[in-house]
Amino acid sequence: MSQRPDAVVIGAGIVGASCAEALARAGRRVLILDSSFAGGGTTAAGMGHLVAMDDSPAQLALTAYSGKLWTELVPDLPGNIEYEPCGTLWVAEDEEQLVAVREKQRTYAEFGIEAETLSPTQLAEAEPHLRPGLSGALRVPGDGVIYPPNAALALVQRAIANGAQLREGTRVDAIGPREVLVGRERISCDCVINACGAEAAQLTTGLPIVPRKGHLVITDRYPGFCHHQLVELGYLTSAHTMNAESVAFNVQPRATGQLLIGSSRELVGWDGTVNRAIVRRMLDRALDFMPGLALTSAIRTWTGFRPATPDKLPLIGAWEDTPGLWIAAGHEGLGITTSLGTGQLIADLIVGATPAIDPAPFAPARVHATAGVS
Amino acid sequence: MTGLRVDFYPEIVAADVAVIGAGPGGIAAAVSAAERGLRVVVMDRGLEPGGQIWRHKAGAAATPEAQPWITRLAASGARTINGTSVVDVRPDADGFEIIAESASRPLHIWAADIILATGARELFIPFDGWTLPGVMGIGGTQALIKSGASFAGKRVVIAGSGPLMLPVAASLADAGANLLLVAEQARRAAVAQFATGLWRTPSLLLQAAKYRVRFLTSSYTTGTWVTAAHGVDRLESITLTDGRRTWRHDVDVLCTGYGLIPNVEIARLIGCEIREGAIAVDNRQRTNVDHVLAVGEATGIGGAPLSLIEGAIAGSTVGSVEAPSGHLLRRRAALVGAAGRMLDVFAPREELRSLPHADTIVCRCEDVSFGAVQGAACARQAKLYTRVGMGPCQGRTCMPALDFLLAWQADSVRPPVEPALVSVLSSEVAGEATPSFPLTSSVGEAYQ
Ligand SMILES: Cc1cc2nc3c(=O)[nH]c(=O)nc-3n(C[C@H](O)[C@H](O)[C@H](O)COP(=O)(O)OP(=O)(O)OC[C@H]3O[C@@H](n4cnc5c(N)ncnc54)[C@H](O)[C@@H]3O)c2cc1C
Repeated sequence: MSQRPDAVVIGAGIVGASCAEALARAGRRVLILDSSFAGGGTTAAGMGHLVAMDDSPAQLALTAYSGKLWTELVPDLPGNIEYEPCGTLWVAEDEEQLVAVREKQRTYAEFGIEAETLSPTQLAEAEPHLRPGLSGALRVPGDGVIYPPNAALALVQRAIANGAQLREGTRVDAIGPREVLVGRERISCDCVINACGAEAAQLTTGLPIVPRKGHLVITDRYPGFCHHQLVELGYLTSAHTMNAESVAFNVQPRATGQLLIGSSRELVGWDGTVNRAIVRRMLDRALDFMPGLALTSAIRTWTGFRPATPDKLPLIGAWEDTPGLWIAAGHEGLGITTSLGTGQLIADLIVGATPAIDPAPFAPARVHATAGVS
Repeated sequence: MTGLRVDFYPEIVAADVAVIGAGPGGIAAAVSAAERGLRVVVMDRGLEPGGQIWRHKAGAAATPEAQPWITRLAASGARTINGTSVVDVRPDADGFEIIAESASRPLHIWAADIILATGARELFIPFDGWTLPGVMGIGGTQALIKSGASFAGKRVVIAGSGPLMLPVAASLADAGANLLLVAEQARRAAVAQFATGLWRTPSLLLQAAKYRVRFLTSSYTTGTWVTAAHGVDRLESITLTDGRRTWRHDVDVLCTGYGLIPNVEIARLIGCEIREGAIAVDNRQRTNVDHVLAVGEATGIGGAPLSLIEGAIAGSTVGSVEAPSGHLLRRRAALVGAAGRMLDVFAPREELRSLPHADTIVCRCEDVSFGAVQGAACARQAKLYTRVGMGPCQGRTCMPALDFLLAWQADSVRPPVEPALVSVLSSEVAGEATPSFPLTSSVGEAYQ
């Protein structure tokens, strides 16, 4: 970039891509740096479920806001992002979970999110491959699915169309006051956005972000095997509780007719190898809900690292220790969904516009307030 | 268990040695090990032992070269498990657990030592029209003929590279094909040098001459390759070139392929070192991973005679500290040398790198064109953005081609190494079940 950039975004995952897109759209000169390539980090491993999630009011606010932004943006994105407005079914195994389903429906209604409760019969009609005997489900029709690496790439390309520049294969070694260091090269700017996902703490010490490993299995093509993203109600507990390991039933129909089977969560540092035992547990859980999966053919497994924070909320906002530094990281298992809301929040905060949702719950300053907890 | 869920309990087999692949190398290894009294399991995806080269028409007798080995295998005490694909291999305290899918059911093999005899597959270089029906692999054609397919009256051109073209040409002529041309891409001087080199191995020369006699009425040319196949719903004609001029032939069948590439996926999964595309072994066939040996084409393309010797070396030494016989080692050394010279002669020429155009399909599983992947920095990036190599064949065909065309490094290998039923991947036994000793099997029952 011949001219000095206004903003340097480190990380071209879906979160960095979205920040770059929003800043470039707001007229800022943006330089995007990534040590590998756009969408090649955790974003490449993500399931791409765009989902309203209600672990906390702040989480629901951010996911609902982001969902709205996705619905508006999708028509302008290329077909290879494979958007499918399939909706979500939150599946209840017993009466107790059905009570929770009804509660969830009320919570969603307060945020203006459409949702309906399905009886066991309606559920069986909607998804014949689910086992009989389930108690019902919450259908959230506004949720959808995208293919994350191409979505990240599309956002980067929109940023580029607005004058941003992308440098791939470029590892940032350090962040200083209004500058970044790449080897011997010193790039100065007005603001730096650390969007390095699970690796963000390597550049900004003190960020309480740890890698939370997940596995996914993808099958051959079985068009029509299921029609919604299917998630057990217990998924929220699996995501919420920072156990050493947990699995939950989570199956997604891809636009290609393939099925993605998840999900697992483990705290094992940066070991990215496939853990056969947890894959078996995860598949076992899926078979409990969808026995017919037993005879589908799995063609690949992979792992990825969710950037996890202690309070399950991403860090979005200024980092007071370093002048000009902003954080957009720590999106755990929701970063594909919440990328658009994050990018818009960051851009609004940087240009001084009023954000559409309250940014306070995401302020990185809360980490300082709870120093010692990590 | 609730609902309609069916649980699949794996069959468990315990062995001293598990041989993966039942081509010549695997059979020789299994025979030599079993004849020493070791408990040997040899498994293969095929429905009968023999691999690609010794494949024969179902129910028919094996070829004269194969028959003695197949008889010996049956008498050796080794247990052959056919129709089985290995999905995963994981080391444990006592050796290895091999997870396989056998007749749609999980099969777990516990073995102290593994001999990889995973063979090789053909290298295809994509050109316009290569996906038309009527264009087939050279090895694939051989397999079709062996399974009894008719080529009577069909106008056929064989164009590609390597010594495999000769036996296939001979078989096609025998099968009544109207063989128009055999076109070798390698330069005449190189091929001539190879042919002279054969003097040093008279049996090979004799064999080559015997093949040539069988298709004498068709012409054999060097320095010539196919640049495009044409047709609407199926192959109608091809364009050939010798680098200076181009011409067309009307044909019904084009057999093409640019030699063989080792199957190293399972080796990479286990963590074996790969050198120049083949599993690296010492002269006792040991890989860098303890208790894992490898033989045959997977360790470098060398032909069935070399595979048999390597198999004998591995089978006679696996699980012991004994050195192989000096006789075997000397024959191995001689054949390895000849194989290396052959690879140099038939290496695909530079010009073939410009065969595909931007709109030429490179990945037929996912319909990805060459232009879509050309700009990618690495295989992983191309896979993520375009899904190239992500289909059910797991990139077995397109990735080696792209490796040749764009010098990409292979991406990581993870389980399953072959597509596998979810019931197979989810089958769990470790720590829960005791395998059956000796080699009897316990098949779990599916229940509701
Ligand atoms: C198995 C699994 C399933 C998931 N499913 C879903 C889902 O269904 N829905 C959903 O919303 N979310 C899902 N997620 C979560 C989602 O994938 C992540 O939250 C999201 O991708 C995080 O994006 P990111 O941009 O923050 O991180 P990343 O995509 O990891 O991007 C960070 C980028 O920073 C670069 N980088 C790092 N360090 C440096 C440096 N020093 N210099 C330069 N560049 C650097 C990296 O190369 C990388 O490209 C899932 C995650 C996993 C693992």
